[in-house]
Formats: sequence, C-alpha cells, structure tokens
Amino acid sequence: MDTSSIGAQGTKTAAKAPALPRLDASAGRAKAEQSGLSRQRIRTAWLFLTPMMIGLAFVAGWPLLRTIYLGFTDATLSNIDSYSFVGFENYLVYDNGHWYGLLADSLWWKSVWNTLYITLFSVSIETVLGVLVALILHAKFPGRGLVRAAILIPWAIPTVVSAKMWGWMLHDQFGVINDLFMTLHIISEPIAWTVNPDTVLGTIVAVDVWKTTPFMALLTLAALQMLPKDCYEAARVDGIHPIRVFFKVTLPLIKPALVVAVVFRLLDALRIFDLVYILTSNSEDTIVMSVYARQALIDFQQIGYGSAASTLLFLMVFGLTLLYIFATRLKLDGSGDH
Amino acid sequence: MKTLKLLTGRALFALAVLALLLYTIFPFYIAVATSFGAGTGEHVYTPAYFDLRNYLSVFKEQPFFHNILNSALVSFATVAISLLIAVTASYALARVHFRGRTLLLLTVLGVSMFPQVAVLSGMFELIRMLGLYNSLGSLILSYTVFSLPFSVWILTTFMRGIPKDLEEAAIVDGATPWQIITRIFMPVLWPALVTTGLLAFIGAWNEFMFAITFILSNENRTVPVAISMISGDSQYELPWGPVMAASVVVTVPLIALVLIFQRKIVEGLTAGAVKG
Repeated sequence: MDTSSIGAQGTKTAAKAPALPRLDASAGRAKAEQSGLSRQRIRTAWLFLTPMMIGLAFVAGWPLLRTIYLGFTDATLSNIDSYSFVGFENYLVYDNGHWYGLLADSLWWKSVWNTLYITLFSVSIETVLGVLVALILHAKFPGRGLVRAAILIPWAIPTVVSAKMWGWMLHDQFGVINDLFMTLHIISEPIAWTVNPDTVLGTIVAVDVWKTTPFMALLTLAALQMLPKDCYEAARVDGIHPIRVFFKVTLPLIKPALVVAVVFRLLDALRIFDLVYILTSNSEDTIVMSVYARQALIDFQQIGYGSAASTLLFLMVFGLTLLYIFATRLKLDGSGDH
Repeated sequence: MKTLKLLTGRALFALAVLALLLYTIFPFYIAVATSFGAGTGEHVYTPAYFDLRNYLSVFKEQPFFHNILNSALVSFATVAISLLIAVTASYALARVHFRGRTLLLLTVLGVSMFPQVAVLSGMFELIRMLGLYNSLGSLILSYTVFSLPFSVWILTTFMRGIPKDLEEAAIVDGATPWQIITRIFMPVLWPALVTTGLLAFIGAWNEFMFAITFILSNENRTVPVAISMISGDSQYELPWGPVMAASVVVTVPLIALVLIFQRKIVEGLTAGAVKG
C-alpha cells in the first residue's frame, strides 16, 4: 500500500509536463497536424465526459434545483400538480400575531442543535481514536495484517445492521451492555440507553464512533506509512521521548491527510440519517436535520415545507464545508495538477 | 530494570491490541450469538442452540430471498454502469488537457457532498416522471449517479499514475482514445477498477434512504429496508433472533469481500482522500 502511494506521488511531478510538446519526440511532424490532433483529443475528451455530465446534471443537479424551488411553494403530495408560489412562507411568516415556518419551529432548531452536537462529538472522538488505532497498527507486531482486516468490519457492516445490532446490545432488559456495565459496577441499575433523554444523544455518538473510526484509522495509517523514516532515526538517536516526537514531528506531518479525512467525515456526519432513524425512530429527543426534512416530505407529505428544510440543510453543509476549507487552507484542486 | 520496562511496555501494547480487537469484533459476535438464541434466559453471551430456526423464519415470514436478489441486482447494475461512465470520464479528466478541467473536477467533488435528503423531493418527481416509482430502476439510477463522484475521483487519481510512454506510443501509432482505454489502460487499470467497484458495491448494498422512499412493495425492497421492517407480534418487542439472523446473512458476504480485498479497499479509500 505504501509503495503504491509513493509511486503515484512520484508520477505527480511527471504529469506536470504540458500535453503538446511531448509529441515533439516524433520529430518532423508539422505543427498544424499536432494541434489538429490535440483538438481532436479534446473533442473526444468532451464526448467521454458527456454521459457523466448528463447523469450528474439530470439526477443530481436538476433535483437539487427543484428542491430549492419547491421550498418556495405550498406543494403537498396531494396537490403536486397545482401548487403555487408562496415566497418565504415556508421559512418564516408573520400571521395573526404569531410567527410560523421553519425558523419559528423549535423542533427544527432542536434538530439543528442535535445534528451539530452529534457531528462535533462524533468527528472529534473518532479522529483521536482513529489516530490512536493507526499508531497501534503502524507498529510491527505478529498478526498485524489480521488486526488491520478486523478493524474494517465495523466499516463494512451496513448502517442499518449496526443500528439494529447496537439497539439490541443496548436493550434495557436483555442487552449485554447493561449486563456488562452492571457486572463491572459502572452502573447500579439498567439504563434504557436509546430512550432516556439524558443518554440517547451520547449513545448515538458512541455507535457512530464505533462505525466510523476504522475509516479515520486507515486514512491516518496510510499517511503514517508515507512519512520519511530518517527524522525518526534522528529523534531516537537524540533520545527524545516518543510522545514528544509524536506531537512535534508526526502530528504536523500527517495533519494534511487528517484534515482531508475530517472533511469527508464532517460531510457524512452532518447528513446523518440511517443510524438515528433506526436506533430511535421518531423520537423528538434525537431528531436530526435529515430526519426532520424527510418526515415533513414523506410522513406529513408537505413537499414545500420539507423542501425548505432540505434546502437549509444543504446550505448548512455547503457553508460549513466552505468555512472548514478556508479555515484549514485546504487545497481542493487535489488533482495533483498544480 | 530495563528489561522489566520493556516487558511492561510489550504487555501494555498487547493489551491495547486485544482491546481494539474486542471493540471491533464483539458487537458482530453478539449478533451471530443472538441469531442462535443468545440473550434469552441464562445465555446472555453464548448461543442457546445451534439450529437454524431464526434463519428459516426470516426466509419463511417475508420475501427475504427476493430482497437479497433485489439488492444484488441493484448493486451489480450500479457497479457496471457507474464504472463504464467513470472510466471514460476519468480518462478525459486525467489524460487530456482542456480548459475548465479543474472546475469540472471540483463540480464532481461538490456533488459528493449533497445530502441525500436535499435531492429527495426533486428526485421523487423525476422518478415519477420516468415511471420508475416502486421499481428497482429508481434505485439503479440514483445509486449510479451518486456513486459517480468518488468513482471518477479515485479512477482519475489512478490514471494519472500510469506512465505516459505507453499512451504516447499508441497515439503515434494512430490509436483512438477508445482503443487506448480498452487495449492499453484496462490491463494496467484493473486493480483500480476492482477497488472502485467494491466501494460502489458496498455503497449500493448498504443504502437506506432512497431505498425506503422510492420502493413501496415488500417484494421490491432491498435488504437494509427489509431488515428495518421486520416486526414482531407486539408493537414494542422486536423478534431479535430473526432480526440478527437477517443481519448476519446480509453482512457475511460484505465481511468476506472486505477480508479478501482488504488491501484494494484501503488503496481506494486513501487514493480518494489522502492525496486530496
């Protein structure tokens, strides 16, 4: 794995050479013929890109635009063919001495708060855990390959299955977690983890961390394996404590990879749906933005209102991602082109 | 003194590895044990019997076999179509210099950050318009498009890594881009295709929100939705044995894939992210 990454890094520099001059190797060809050839290549390139662009435009771009538009209408599932434009009424409207709409709905704000809470705790805990696991797997020990394969298991299990599995393990009467914790005297009586409002958000974070730590660990491990070995040799010769080496040398060097891994996880955590939907169904204590929006759209059949909620979620994901990219000065051209 | 320190270090490390293994494997072990009757009576952590009653009941009481076929069909179709589109697109993005290329790559990446629910109402409309509501076609269409961004992203990264000489020689010999892809790139590229295909497969096999929204009837459902809908005699108590049996059935193929192709999957994940 490490060698292939390094190999790809190496060719990165090779790819910088401009496209045209390399044909000069076949000397004697007329310039006109060359540019004709490259124009033809570019035409073919666009032809090759067309299916992807059509797919993305019609099945991702168009639905997004429709969602944004429908958010400004009073569409419901029953009047889907004859709705009318209502401006910002789904978002906020003042009527008869009361404020109505999404921004005036305390449940909406609760879902925003829950989403941010889960995202913040889940992503930070799994980043720390992921780095720890990666450090363990980076050391050489017998059976390392096996352990590395084993930690992929939580990642591969469908979210629905892991939600059911944990729902069962956290069961208030028969669950093994209560049994385990009581045997270890961590708790004195069974707790209804997924029902009790005090524990339920933490429970969701814990299950999410279990499922997503492997991803963080593997990405961090890959970054660790690309580090130069000589600075560690130097540090060891100088007798610097390993923990100090980690914070002064390792962490700064793997930071770019961590930053990217965190972006991917942030995007995922902000749109969390399956886990919350299965583990706690329609509980208001744990409602998150995706669950709120889908409930409005499908269960209450209020297409307009639900679309408005979806649009706000999209804007939030978009805004927070931009903010994060700017804050960490992440380079997203990523293509190895510059 | 020094050896003692070394030994405690080793012991602590072994303990950490053990804890890690327990943490990752224990929940799945409990699922397997429960499908054989654990969690009832005295057997809290260990199976109570070793017959297949829970497995049989899953297949008897709902169209679970159908659900598995649906999931397989949708996942394979998604992988095939999205790989075909992604290979040609990423060849263009990785190998041809044209204006707007970086912008296009960024747009592709942007699509991968769409929350599913943000396209749900628009997609619902589109699917009804195309007459795909309550058919597997709706899932193949949506999964294909939503797996395209990372497929294109990973394949573009891999294709940049292929040496130029091969392609140049082919161009001089007058090979068309399609010939270059099929004759020259494919043999070098197949490990990347396996990786990308696996990730797309796992994504399609596990997807839940579109599957529960666009499919109405039991026989057309995919396995994640089928599992979420298993219910018992009482509204409040799930039949945990069958639920865990179903979970084990749909998870074992995935775990097998992951264990066999471990290296490939890690390569794909890192190519998609670390180099970003």
